[in-house]
Formats: sequence, C-alpha cells, structure tokens
Amino acid sequence: MFETVATETATASAERDEFVRMFRFMLLARVLDDKFATLYRAGKIHGGVFLGRGQEAVSAALGVHLRHGDVFAPLIRDGAGRLAFGEPIIDAVRTYLGSPLGPMRGRDGNVHRGRPKEGLVPMVSHLGATISVVTGALIAKRFKGEKDVVGAACAGDGATSTGSFHEALNQAAVEKVPLIMVVTDNQYAYSTPTSRQFACKSLLDRAVGYGVEGHAVDGTDAIECLRVMKRAVSNARSGRGPQLVLAKLLRLCGHGEHDDAHYIDAKLKQSACGRDCLKVAEEIGLNQNWLDHAIVESWRAEAVRDIEEIVTKVQREGSPDPFKEEWSAISTRHLREWHTGADAP
Amino acid sequence: MSITYLEAIREAQAKALREDPRVYIYGQDVGAFGGAFKATKNLAAEFPGRVIDAPISEDAMIGSAVGAAFNGMRPIIEMQFADFSTVGFNQIVNQAATSFFRTDTACPIVVRLPCGGTSGSGPFHSQMLETIYAHYPGVIVMTPATVEDVYSMLLEAVMIDDPVIFCEHKYLYYHLKADKLPTEALPTGKARIARAGRDMTIVTYSAMLHESLAAAAELQTEGYEIEVVDLRSVKPLDTDTVMASVARTGRLLAVGEAWPWGGVTAEIIARVASEGFGLLDAPPMRLNAKDTPVPYHPNLWAAHRPSAQTIASSSRNLLRM
Repeated sequence: MFETVATETATASAERDEFVRMFRFMLLARVLDDKFATLYRAGKIHGGVFLGRGQEAVSAALGVHLRHGDVFAPLIRDGAGRLAFGEPIIDAVRTYLGSPLGPMRGRDGNVHRGRPKEGLVPMVSHLGATISVVTGALIAKRFKGEKDVVGAACAGDGATSTGSFHEALNQAAVEKVPLIMVVTDNQYAYSTPTSRQFACKSLLDRAVGYGVEGHAVDGTDAIECLRVMKRAVSNARSGRGPQLVLAKLLRLCGHGEHDDAHYIDAKLKQSACGRDCLKVAEEIGLNQNWLDHAIVESWRAEAVRDIEEIVTKVQREGSPDPFKEEWSAISTRHLREWHTGADAP
Repeated sequence: MSITYLEAIREAQAKALREDPRVYIYGQDVGAFGGAFKATKNLAAEFPGRVIDAPISEDAMIGSAVGAAFNGMRPIIEMQFADFSTVGFNQIVNQAATSFFRTDTACPIVVRLPCGGTSGSGPFHSQMLETIYAHYPGVIVMTPATVEDVYSMLLEAVMIDDPVIFCEHKYLYYHLKADKLPTEALPTGKARIARAGRDMTIVTYSAMLHESLAAAAELQTEGYEIEVVDLRSVKPLDTDTVMASVARTGRLLAVGEAWPWGGVTAEIIARVASEGFGLLDAPPMRLNAKDTPVPYHPNLWAAHRPSAQTIASSSRNLLRM
C-alpha cells in the first residue's frame, strides 16, 4: 500500500521535472525565435527566417527524451527540440548571422545547420531526405554494437507526400531500426492546406501500412506531448522498431517571416487546434503548481538576457572572407581540381 | 588463370570487406542471390550481416549510406543499374556531395553504377551518367576501363573520404580479362597513355577506350600513329596529361559513350581550347552517342554509340584537316 503511493509520487515528481525542463526549452526557443524575427525585420539576417511558433511542445517533448549518443534530424520548426537535444544557442545565432565561427561558417544559413559527428543531422531543403540518414546512422551504431540508442527524424504534413518519406519509413521498418518519426501536421505546407496534401483520413493510418507503431497526440497539449513522446522513444529504445508520432496543431506564423500567412483559415485559429502550446503549457504548469508566474517571468528574462549577450558577441565575430575560402567541395586534397577556367588560382 | 572485369569488382569488394570492418555492401539482390550481375557472389555467406539486400528505394539506400558514413562506416551501395541511380540522385548530389563544404564533415560513400550499353538492354538499362554526377561539386567520378583499374580504383574508392561515383561498364564485365589482379596501381586523378602516337590524340574513358584502341590499330595500317589517353577518372580530370599529349600531336578527338550535350567530351575540348589553343593544328573534335535514348535493337544500338569504325572515320577527317 505505502509502496504504491511512494511509486506514484516518484512518477509524478519525475514527470514534473521533465515537464519543467521541457517548458524551459519551449520558452527559450520562443524567445530565440522572437529575436530572430526582430533581427530579420531590422535587415540583419541574410535570406529567410523560419520560426517554430506553435510547435515548441511537440519538438521539445521529443528533444528532452533524446540522450547524448542518439541521432536527431530536426526540420525547420524544431528550434525547441534542437535546444533540448543540446544544440548550443550560439550555433543557431552564428548560422543565422553567417559567422565564420559557426558550424556552417557562412556556407549555409538559418535552419540548415547541424553537427553530423555529434548526431545532429544538418537538414537539407529537400523534405524527407534526412529520415534515411538517421536510419543509416542507426545501422552504423548497430554494426558498432552501440546499445540503447535511438534516432529521431521530424517532418511536416507536406513532407509526408514525398517519395523520400515513403522510402525512408518503409526502409526503417524493414531494417527494424529504433527510429522515432515525428510528423507534425500543422495544417499548411507553406500555403497548401492538408486537403491538397493527402487524401487518407489520418496520416496515422500510414503507420499500419509501413508496419510500425503509431501514436497520435494533440500537439498543443504539452503534457500529452511529453507522455506520448516518452512512450514512443521508450518503445524504440527497447527494440520495438520504428515509431510514428503524429502531432496535430496549427502553425502560428508564416512559412517564413517573409510570409504573412493571410491564407490561414480564421476558424482554425479559433479552434482548439489553433491554441498556443506555450500558453497552454504555462497554464498546465500553474494548475499543477509546477510553475508560478514569478519563476516563469524570471526564466523569460534570463533567456532574453542570455540571447542578447550571444547575439552581441556573434555580431562582433565578423563575416566570412571570400579570399580566405578554400573553395573546394571535397576533403581529399590531392584530388581537388583547379582547372576550372578563369577563376583557377 | 584469368580474371574478368566483373570478377575483379567482386574480388575488390571481398578484399575491402576482409580488411576493413567499416565496409558493408547494400543494394538490391546483393545478398544470398549475389547481385543481378553476380558482383557480390558468395560475399553474403563469407561476410555474414555485411552484404545486405535493400528494398527498391534508391533514395533511402543512399540516404542511409550517408548516415552510416557520418558514423564511421564505409558503405558500398550497388545500384542495380546506373539508370536507377536517378531515383537516388537527390541524396547523392544534395546530401552526400554538399556535406563536406557545408559541415566540414566528409562523407565516404561509394556508389557503384553498372553503366553503359550492352546490346538489347534498351533505354533504361544502358545509360552513361558520369556527366551529370561530375557536374556537381563534391563528388569523385571514376570510370575504369581495364580489369586492373576496376580492381585498384574500387579499393581506392573505399579509402577516399569523399563520395565516389564508381562507373563500371557492363559491356566490359565478361569481355575483358586479365591474367592476374594488380599489386600496384596508378593513383586516381592520373590519366594513362594507353597507346603512344604522334599524329593525333584520342582522349577517352571506360568502354570507349577499347573502341578507340581498335580504331588506332586500324589507322596504323593506314600509316597513322594515334595516341590514346585513358582518363580513368573524369572527376578529377587529368588536364595535364591531356594537354601534354595534345602538345605532342596537335590534334584532339574526345570520345565518350554518354550523350553529347555538355558532357565530359565537351569539358575536355573546353579545357584544351582555353588553356592550350596554341597547341592545336586543327579544330578539336568530339564523338559521342547520338542525342536520343539508348535504343533496344542491336542494329540501332550499335549505330547509337561510337564504335571503332566511327572513331576511325572521325579520326581520318581530323587527320586530313
């Protein structure tokens, strides 16, 4: 009797700790996104800015359940998941500002960043293409005898229409790798509504077709996201093969900051699907007595301060110098070609 | 004892698997079946768990190879036919080939492309795709023409830290034989003078080397001495060896089995014309397959690609200029 109560208390306390951790990453990601939006409007960022507003719960819930040694292929709206997985804030800032000290060194920008050797797969713009990369990483880890590792890949409703997505999910199922495939159905792929993206009743039905376990979750409900993601990651880690998680929510921003998203249905915005997961999470935390207003505000202020400091530092780091570039796309020095016409050195 | 071009591919893979625990082979039917052409015959039994049948998913095959390469493996991906690699094209050119430049992380994968025409294979089992891969930054493109090269270059491909597109020619699989496997080899990036001559240079690669050598033998009976350069790899392309040969002969014919538009032969001519214009005694010429899909019927197929006869004929025209 006492034992049961004690276990329940321990579980509740573990969930509280996880929730609070996740909430802080959600909040940090939102503050970072807001900063990028401000920098974009001020003309300080070359190219586009792509935010994860409204998707922080599902993304962070995944990130907090991944460990060092796991593999993660985020997509464009996974700022929260990246932070939870351990990507330093400064990697994001340096990539957006094109710092030569960042992981991409001005050679690629914005959300196209990662550290392949550290398990963070750098995204390419071709949707669905990084899913099989995660599978390959897991195959390599299996060859090397690494145990208890998982890999996660993220996609949106639009990416599910690609051949890459289909090939990769089918392959992951055939290879029985511990892949968590997170599909965030945010109702629009750029401006295209889901009615023009797929004709099945639910994308979750595809799990049956691939022979993998499927999990549906309300992507606006942080505690539900946390629980479902915990189950999916734990299933994959315990050898039950690929897990498909389908989160439903509404994208609370344009495709990028250049897009005013005027096409988003007003009724969707008013519906439960249009809730802001960060506000919902704060309410859950307050109701459970896991958070209070003062602490949330202090975390927000701390995030703003940290991010401001990092942005200031990165803005002093200068820009990549085209005259110092090696301009070679291959690593094998003796196989580099210089006979490229007028620009040969 | 003699060994075919195809057996040399198998032997190179066996050696790579034996000596390097990072190597595994992934492709359709490569496992117990031994591959559509038997390039992996008995390897699955000899190396359990390391020669793996893949679903018919070229995109996912290459994508997974990239992920494995990031994590310390050296995957060899067999495309059943070069033609099908276009399904995995995006993964090769946008994922594997951009990796080093974008992230400073090399991506050591080998993609084997059984390429080129054999009579009766038709439009979708005969293509030469070295040009489209060589067009993209970030890949090495090998086009071995001999048993010795197919063996030593495949072994070298596995050791190279960058993505290698390995164009092995199906026409040479059974036709071409050598007495034994080589113990030493010219490194990739160096072309080879396959036949020395002073009147004209033919620059070629892959199966067209043999057609060109046959043309050169025919022209010898007419009193011409033709130099034949085997490029071995089209990226990197050994411009120095080509230029030195043209400096000796003053005449250039570039021969390739791929389609003409913007191809390897065009690249050779562009380099010689821009960097060695003064070496030329006549306009640089090229000979390619016709600009149509590869036809099925033997009569059409034989006329579609360059042959010893058409190479000899083009050479005569050039020699008379």
